[in-house]
Order: sequence, then structure tokens, then C-alpha cells
Amino acid sequence: MWGVIVNRFKQKFRTLSYPPDVPSFPKRFRGRPVIAAAETQTPLDKDKDPLGTVVLEKKPVLDMGKCLFNEDIKRIFSKEILTYSQDHRMAVSKREDLILRDDEIRLAAALEEKTKRIFGRSLKLREVCAGSCGGCDAEIQAMSNVVFDLSRFGVQFVASPRHADGLMITGPVTKNMELALKKTYEAVPHPKIVIAVGACAISGGPFQGGKEVHDGVDGLIPVDLYIPGCPPHPLTILDGLLRMLDRLEGKNRAIKGRRGKF
Amino acid sequence: MGNQELYVHNGDSWELSSIPEVDADAFRQRILKECSQGARLVNLFAAAENGGGIKIFAILGKDQEGRLSVLSRRIPQNTDSFQSLTPELPQAHMFEREMAEQFSITPVGHPWPKPVRRHEQIYPFYRVEGEEVHEVAVGPVHAGIIEPGHFRFQCHGEEILNLEIQLGYQHRGIEKMMEEVSAERAVLLAESIAGDTVIGHTLAYCNVLESLSDCEDSPRAEAIRAVALELERLSNHSGDLGGLSTDIGFLPSAAYFGRLRGEFLNLLMELSGNRYGRSLCRPGGVLFDLDEAMINDFRERLLMAQKDLKEISELFFTKSSVLSRLEGIGVISKQAVKELGLVGPTARASGCGLDVRTDYAFGMYRFNHIPISTVLSGDVYARALIRWLESQRSIEFLLDVLEQIPEGDLQVKVSALKPDHMALAMIEGWRGEIVHVAMTDSNSRIVRYKIKDPSFHNWMGLSMAVRGAQVSDFPLCNKSFNLSYAGHDL
Repeated sequence: MWGVIVNRFKQKFRTLSYPPDVPSFPKRFRGRPVIAAAETQTPLDKDKDPLGTVVLEKKPVLDMGKCLFNEDIKRIFSKEILTYSQDHRMAVSKREDLILRDDEIRLAAALEEKTKRIFGRSLKLREVCAGSCGGCDAEIQAMSNVVFDLSRFGVQFVASPRHADGLMITGPVTKNMELALKKTYEAVPHPKIVIAVGACAISGGPFQGGKEVHDGVDGLIPVDLYIPGCPPHPLTILDGLLRMLDRLEGKNRAIKGRRGKF
Repeated sequence: MGNQELYVHNGDSWELSSIPEVDADAFRQRILKECSQGARLVNLFAAAENGGGIKIFAILGKDQEGRLSVLSRRIPQNTDSFQSLTPELPQAHMFEREMAEQFSITPVGHPWPKPVRRHEQIYPFYRVEGEEVHEVAVGPVHAGIIEPGHFRFQCHGEEILNLEIQLGYQHRGIEKMMEEVSAERAVLLAESIAGDTVIGHTLAYCNVLESLSDCEDSPRAEAIRAVALELERLSNHSGDLGGLSTDIGFLPSAAYFGRLRGEFLNLLMELSGNRYGRSLCRPGGVLFDLDEAMINDFRERLLMAQKDLKEISELFFTKSSVLSRLEGIGVISKQAVKELGLVGPTARASGCGLDVRTDYAFGMYRFNHIPISTVLSGDVYARALIRWLESQRSIEFLLDVLEQIPEGDLQVKVSALKPDHMALAMIEGWRGEIVHVAMTDSNSRIVRYKIKDPSFHNWMGLSMAVRGAQVSDFPLCNKSFNLSYAGHDL
């Protein structure tokens, strides 16, 4: 008994004061990619980008839905043109918004007033892993730990799709999971939302074009929120959810000191 | 027939022509004889031959001697079956089912030749008939945030008579893709075999490629790889202890262990920019260095984690309410571990001291040794305790390695692969023995890539652990194994 109390005291309070405070990510963290402006004629080394993440239009254009946020892809340019920022905010409402044409990104919009009213102040989600490696699922689960403490926002993962307001899907959707995914989707009562988490669920990720998988959720069931990453950081997922629920107001603030660091 | 014996070590590559080829009967007898003398079936897989036939390769591990023997046999084009080893050697059961599925050859005499990953046909589950016997079906979509798989229980009241686990929902066809895609893409696939074992599987892939191209990466790169591999182990072990706390309803340590897991993941993010260590390991070395300031920061944070781990574990492992829920549940005997060929912490929790880091030492582990922990009781308690013990050793190992990181280049160039060769790499991932084998053709192209995740063996261990247990003990037993669906399904 005393042991539990002493331990509780030593463990302190660990939940982030997010939002609005955002702890700083380490220097090497790969957040939203940035392509230097004004570069138009730089040739691409396509071998370094086997998934076709970057294409040359008038200038290089990057598809965050295909991006695995890997370090090697920076080398498609001989110069430092593609870099990663420290910005964790990347979730969008439309697939085409994931394609970065300039510095601006159209982050996820809030749900319609009516849907928001029906959901009220809570959101119940059913998670379906449809062929992911388990990385995205681990980050979704991590949102429930004491640091991120998802439940303080009224968001909860439930055991049955019949209790859910929507689905959170990871993985490229393997052929073997297609039926189970569709049945789970049908079991969710209307109105329902679908959130695709991670490169696999958005584009097939490293498995795109594979014989045993689909290239993500699109085309199988309609998607309302896309959260890119491989896997997305828990804060990236949380940011997407809160934007959709219209719960993020004002600007993010940086926190100082040890507690402000991951 | 050429030579009759070929002995290799972890990380070796050898010419395909040097592999002894024996006839069907000699193949069986050799495997059975060596396994009766303490060897273990590390791998058994088939590959298509140029002429249209199939060749089966067996890799037998002599854990005590740290070496492996390789042998092979042909299955001619006009035959579609082979004599199963499983009745005499149960640890062959998964390998043979896998070969049957991948190459349409029948293991004659296999007691349970059912699919591993394919779902084309409706599979009739094993059924127990009788008064008051009932069936519980779970999955593929489970109640929690976990990967999909199907569990079929045959129960009498609360007692589980049999549990059958049918997987394959996560099957993405990785092995086949590894043979078809470019090296740039293959490493990204290797990182996605199992999302919680990114470092383990990517290291195995890198070691195979380095071995096939006679490339030796620097001691510095090896040290950084070992740091990442142990951080991966620490994050998963503390996460599992948190999961076990949740499953028995002991919430203080559930919260603390969950937070501690994040601390280790954050160290990996500090090192590689990603919480799971993606983009760190590449053939020829690593992409990121550890500088003086980072090493000091790591040491400081590890010392803090060491203190936390001790305090939280002492809280967890001394509560009688915790112990009474863990002890005697889901017991696996040492004999069952040996017969089924179980690996990793599961084996060590049943008193089998096998660990690739010492038995087949690779990379940094050849210079900095890590003591192996074993527990004897084989129950959920043992599988929990082994995680605490191993975490302590890992932190000590890390502090030791960080004391003096050797010099060297981060990445050396990987040259062309040797033609007509086979290479093998074993890594002790946090779940156990990871084995990758690659074969090249005369044009130096990879024509066969074989991946084995520890879960491939250990799922059967879970089935055996819950036999005779209560249905309500299943989640706890499952968590104590915490196996990968993606790693099994590939």
C-alpha cells in the first residue's frame, strides 16, 4: 500500500500540456517534408525513390501519402532540396491535400456541424489493422498512455464496431483482410467517419503494387481523414483527430526545459 | 555428390555448389540424428531450381558450438510430395506446412497439414465433440488495438481443451517482393516486416547483404546498431510489462511501464529521427552517428530509466495480488520448448538458455558480452520476470558500450553481390531468433529470400500454454508471449 503511494509520488505528473503546448522534437525528427522553393530544373535520381514519392511537374512535387519519411529519399537530389521540418502537423481531409505543391498545407477541416452535433463531445473509434506491420497500431495505442492521455479529449477506442462512430484503419488492406474490413465498416452505425493512418493505409506504402495487397483504403471505403507517416508520431495522429473535432484553437506554443522535450 | 558436410557460422556466405546434396532418406536420417544429439532446426525451406525442380535446404544449429550445418535434397520435377519429418520431429511442423503452401508439395505423414497464410479454401477447424463442450471464436478483428488473427477455442465450461490459431490475415507477400524489388526498396520492406522489430529485421537484412558482398562495416557502425537493438528490446520489454499490468488490472505499474516504454522509443527517435529506429540501419553501416553530447545525454537518460525500471519492477513483482495472478498460469515445460523449437524469452523463461547474442555472437556482441538470463518455471510469471531481468542486462550493456564507442566510418560501400551464393544472418531480436537467408543466381540477383520471425515458432507455444487453462486466462497468456502477426504472416 505504502509502496504504491510512494511510487505514485516519485513518478510525478507526466501528461503533456498539449494543446496548446508542444514539446520540441529532437533535431533528427522527420516531420512534414519541405521542398526548397525556386528549384525547377534539378534532376531526380529515381532509383533513390522506389515508391515514386516525388515527381517533377513545373517543380518537384511530393506526395506525403506515399512518403515513408525515410532519410535516404533526401538523396534523390544532388543538392539539399528535400528536407524534413520539425512540424508534426500533417493530417488532411482530402487525398489531394497530401500532395505538397508549395509551402502551404491545407490541414484537416472540422466535421460538418450536424455530424459534430450527433457525436457530441465524445468520439468512439474502432481500430482495424488491415495488414500493417504493427507500427501504426503501436502509435495509436501509445496515444492512450499517460503522456498523451487520449481519453481527456473524449476520444476512446471501443471493442465493437457497433459501439463506434468510426473506424481508424492501418495497413495497405491485404486481400485476406478485405472482407473483414468491409464487414466491420458496415457494422458501424451512420453517420460514420473513416480515418486512414500511415503510408500503407493511404497508398499501400512499401507494399504498393504488391499482389497480396490493395494500395490502401481508398477505393474500398470512403476516407474522411488522412494521417501520413511511417508510422505517424502519436502527436500527428492526435493533431488530426483534434482538428477534425474542431478542438484546436490558436497557435501551438513551445515549452521550455526538460519537460518540454521528447 | 561432392562433400558430405558443410559447417557455417552466423553471418557467413557460401557457394551454392558447396552445399552437400543427399538423397531423401539420408536427408531425413541426418536431420533426425543431429536433432537427437542436441541440434535445433534453425531453418527448413524450399527454393525453385532452374530446371523446374525444387530443392529443400535444412539449416541445423548446434547452439553449444555456435555453428550451423547445411544440407539439401532435391525434389525432382515429376514428384509433388516428400516424407514428413514432423511425426518424429515436431519442431518441423511449421516449416513443412510453409513449404507445402509455397511450392505445392505434400508432406506425406504430416499430422496436421493445414494452411499457414493462404485463405483460398474454407478451413475446417479442429473440433471437440461432447456434451457441454462449446466453441469460442475470436477474430480476425479483435477487441483491442492489435493485429488480426483468428483464435478458435474448444472449451468445457471455463476450461480450454484446445486452442487453434489460424493466421495469414496480415500476409503481404514480403518474401516474394524481396526477390522482385530494387535494393533501395527491399530495405524499406525489411523495415516493415514487423513494426516493433524494425531494428532486428533490418539488421538481419543488412547482414545478409554485407555477407553476400564481402563487405565489413566498421566497429563504430556495429556499436550503434547494438545500441539500437538493445533500445528496441528495452522499449518492447517495458511495454510488455505494462501490458501485463493492464491485463491483471494493476494500474499503477501499467501507467509507469507505458511511460517508460516511451522513454526508450524517444531515445531511438533521438538517434534515428523515428521512434522505431527506421532509417538507421542500411547495408554497409548506419545513417546516423552518436556524438559526444548525445552519448552524455543518452547515459544520463539511461541511468534515469534504470532507476525507474528498478522502482516500478520492484513495485510490480513484490505485490502478492500480482504474483497470485501470474504464478502457475500458462506453463510451458522445458521439454515442450525443445520439442516445438521455441525461441527467445519464451524459451529462456522455461530454462532453455538459447540466445543468438551469445550462441552465435554477431557484431558488437563478439566484443561486449551480455549475460543470459533464464528462469525455470515457464509460467506467465517467468515470462514477465525474464523481461525485467533482460532489461537490466540491456541497460548495463548500453552503459558499457556508450562508455567507449569505437572509431570508424558510419557507412562503407556495398559492392556487387557474389553470384551463386547463399548467406545467412541470425539476430536476437527482442522476441527471439530472427533468421534471414538469401540466395543469388549466376547474375548475382537475389532469387530466394527466406525470412523467419521468432513468432513463426512461438505461436504454437501459446496454443500449448493455454491448454487446460481458463478461458479468462487467455489474454494474460497471450500478452506474456506478445507475438507478431505481421512477422508470422510476412
